[in-house]
Amino acid sequence: MTALIVLVALLIYAYGFQITKVNLEQTKSEHRREQLFRILRALARPDLIEYEQEAVDVSIPFMTPCPESGFTPPPVEELSGPYLVVTPACAEPRSFVTVEGFNFTPRWRGPINFVPYESGVKLPMGSITVDESGYFTVTERLPNRPAEDVHEIVATTRQNVGPPMLTRTAHDTWDKIVETVFLALLATTLGVMLSVPLSFFSARNLMRDVSTTLTSASLAVLLIPVGIYAGARLADWIAAQTQPYQSNMPVVLIGIVVGVILIRFALRWALPTRDEDVPTPQVRLTRLAVLIVAGMLAVGVLYFVAYLGLWFGARLELALNTFSFIGRFIRDLGDILNMLIKVAVALAVAGIFNNIGGKLGVEISRRRGVGLRIIHTVLAVAAGAMLLVLIAAAINWLYQFRDWMTFYTRMGAVGAVLGLLLAIRYKPTESVRTGMVIYYVSRTIFNGLRSIEALVMAIVFVVWVGVGPFAGSLALALHTVAALSKLYSEQVESIMAGPIEAVKATGATRVQTIIYAVVPQIVPPYISFTMYRWDINVRMSTIIGFVGGGGIGFLLQQNINLLNYRAASAQMLAIAIVVATMDYFSSWLRERVI
Amino acid sequence: MLKIINLNKIYSGGVHALKDVTFDVPQGQFLAVIGLSGSGKSTLLRCINRLIEPTSGKIIWHDEDVTDATDENLRRIRRRIGMVFQHFNLVHRSPVLTNILAGRLGYVNPAWSLLNRFPKEDVARAYEQLERVGIADKANHRADELSGGQQQRVGIARAMMQNPEMILADEPVASLDPVLAHSIMQYLEKINKENGVTILCSLHFLDLVHRYADRVVALNEGKLMFDGAPQEIDDAKFKDIYGQEAERVG
Repeated sequence: MTALIVLVALLIYAYGFQITKVNLEQTKSEHRREQLFRILRALARPDLIEYEQEAVDVSIPFMTPCPESGFTPPPVEELSGPYLVVTPACAEPRSFVTVEGFNFTPRWRGPINFVPYESGVKLPMGSITVDESGYFTVTERLPNRPAEDVHEIVATTRQNVGPPMLTRTAHDTWDKIVETVFLALLATTLGVMLSVPLSFFSARNLMRDVSTTLTSASLAVLLIPVGIYAGARLADWIAAQTQPYQSNMPVVLIGIVVGVILIRFALRWALPTRDEDVPTPQVRLTRLAVLIVAGMLAVGVLYFVAYLGLWFGARLELALNTFSFIGRFIRDLGDILNMLIKVAVALAVAGIFNNIGGKLGVEISRRRGVGLRIIHTVLAVAAGAMLLVLIAAAINWLYQFRDWMTFYTRMGAVGAVLGLLLAIRYKPTESVRTGMVIYYVSRTIFNGLRSIEALVMAIVFVVWVGVGPFAGSLALALHTVAALSKLYSEQVESIMAGPIEAVKATGATRVQTIIYAVVPQIVPPYISFTMYRWDINVRMSTIIGFVGGGGIGFLLQQNINLLNYRAASAQMLAIAIVVATMDYFSSWLRERVI
Repeated sequence: MLKIINLNKIYSGGVHALKDVTFDVPQGQFLAVIGLSGSGKSTLLRCINRLIEPTSGKIIWHDEDVTDATDENLRRIRRRIGMVFQHFNLVHRSPVLTNILAGRLGYVNPAWSLLNRFPKEDVARAYEQLERVGIADKANHRADELSGGQQQRVGIARAMMQNPEMILADEPVASLDPVLAHSIMQYLEKINKENGVTILCSLHFLDLVHRYADRVVALNEGKLMFDGAPQEIDDAKFKDIYGQEAERVG
């Protein structure tokens, strides 16, 4: 038995060697080794610091090969200054000559070059180091440049003067590492903002107990698209109402102030801090109406804030010369707000509709009349059909079917049948574990999203927003959402259940339970995962840079392609320093928070 | 008045944790629930405020059917039933004060409590409760810095913040030493006597039952084996509740 296992293992590894093309001959090759050492030595000396240098060139005429009549160099004019002596005074190409130097500045060093007649080319022969007495001697081979003209042998000695200076590479590396850190910061921030709420939907322990009747779930699902549509239209309408005042700053400012005050009053009235008694339906309806108006007001105020940002940012950009980026930032924030309001309102209204649908559904299920079975079936069929038609619409958008009508009807029919099957499977009053459905759907989406490499996402975003760090940060943000949602949700799954149970028992709502029992428990792991993700994003941005996603990766790849290993080494060093710094920072932060 | 009628709980794994349990608890009674580990005591207590959904049967509290309550009504029922746990179930990283204020979550408007804002009178009440259980100086300490006995007092203060008409105590002293156990039981007794709060308390030790309880119900494998005064538990009854091999100690 053991022999068999050994045999199988042998076969597997033999095949592995074959597949991975293990080639030990290459590792032994002298030539390859030399190249390897050259690269390693270059990497060990990152191109960061340089000095200004003072150089002295001393030359001596020289002939190769020796002419028939022989050759004697002209006598040295100034015996007190540095001069060279070559023995022999002329020689055959590729033979060895000894070069001696006198009266050089002690301890300077540099190359010794062969300069062919009037060519301006320097052929390196060797290098020299002057000793304490100002003397050096080297024996080097002549290059193969036979000619009848008089060449020169030039000894150059140099010394660093002045303080060390950063190289051009160091400056470029600094610029790009800053860009990288901020690219990663933006990607992480964006990713965290989305993945924190999403992580709750993919935590099994929170979603396990979420259940409702099929009627309620169907109604809630049916109302989502209605809510999105209504919300988008509402946002458009409010935008149209506020548009005329877009550049009328007094009106915008007054609007914001008055709006905020009105909203405050409305909230005070419609959301009393205590809810002691069951409100009557009338009170409930009035409160709802006031809240709706306040919500619409809030959207209007948000538009005004966006206009204010756009206007103020543009002014600031003109006024502040060097710091115009602050103005641009404020303007961009205004623009982002302007774009996001519609999405946010659509989602919010969809959420509200979904909630109302759910509650209405529960009420319907409680009525237990004869009609319930019918309503239950109809709603389930309608919800199933609608869901699959929406999926069909997404598929059709990608594939552009010619015969899309048939496709839609078929998908709708499948959905209706699925809904019908569910309606038969579940009794009208039985609860369906909708939480687990959401759990599996969100998990699946994250798994899919996570398995797409950030590199691929970057390529797509480069196409959309152009080459540069913006594309990189969007790609990394998307990847961050997928990865962090998983990590976060696993942290939620590992928290203690006791406090949740205790808070639930006080009559807290689901959201209150999350805020008071779940959130305090997950703050430390969330912080460390966020920092770790930032670290990952810094390192990933090197890869992103390869496809035009900005950051230091672009520089790194360029230098590797140019075989400029000393510069590449500087960039690798910068990445290592940033990663290490972030590690220390995050452990410091964790210590503070835990 | 709490009425439990034919209560059954079958877990999804098929474990029949409660079998047709029926009994009444008049307002203001100190009721001990006894039985071996796994006899269904915790399940019974958690079914009363529906932390665990009963499979069948009814729980009527103040003429309201708890098992049939909507989410909103359940919130209103739960907030009048305090709960104390064996492992205290405090949020470790939150300050003691926040842990106690959590007892008001059922009363405050959800929208405001999200911003961690509680009405002033609730905060004042929280300090009052801390005073009452004798750890007023610990208000701003993190809950996990407290000792076990202090944590259970925070647990009681949290339950008392709810202004409860009933407290469900699930083995409240099982993780405490005998001295602390008595001090915690005395708090519960005081709440029962002074505030007229009904107390349903599951207990392990019969001496505690004799000392504090007005009445005992005993469960064995989910069945109600005994319902009566603590003094009525004789050797035969004892063996019914704890099994034939069990021996009385103390």
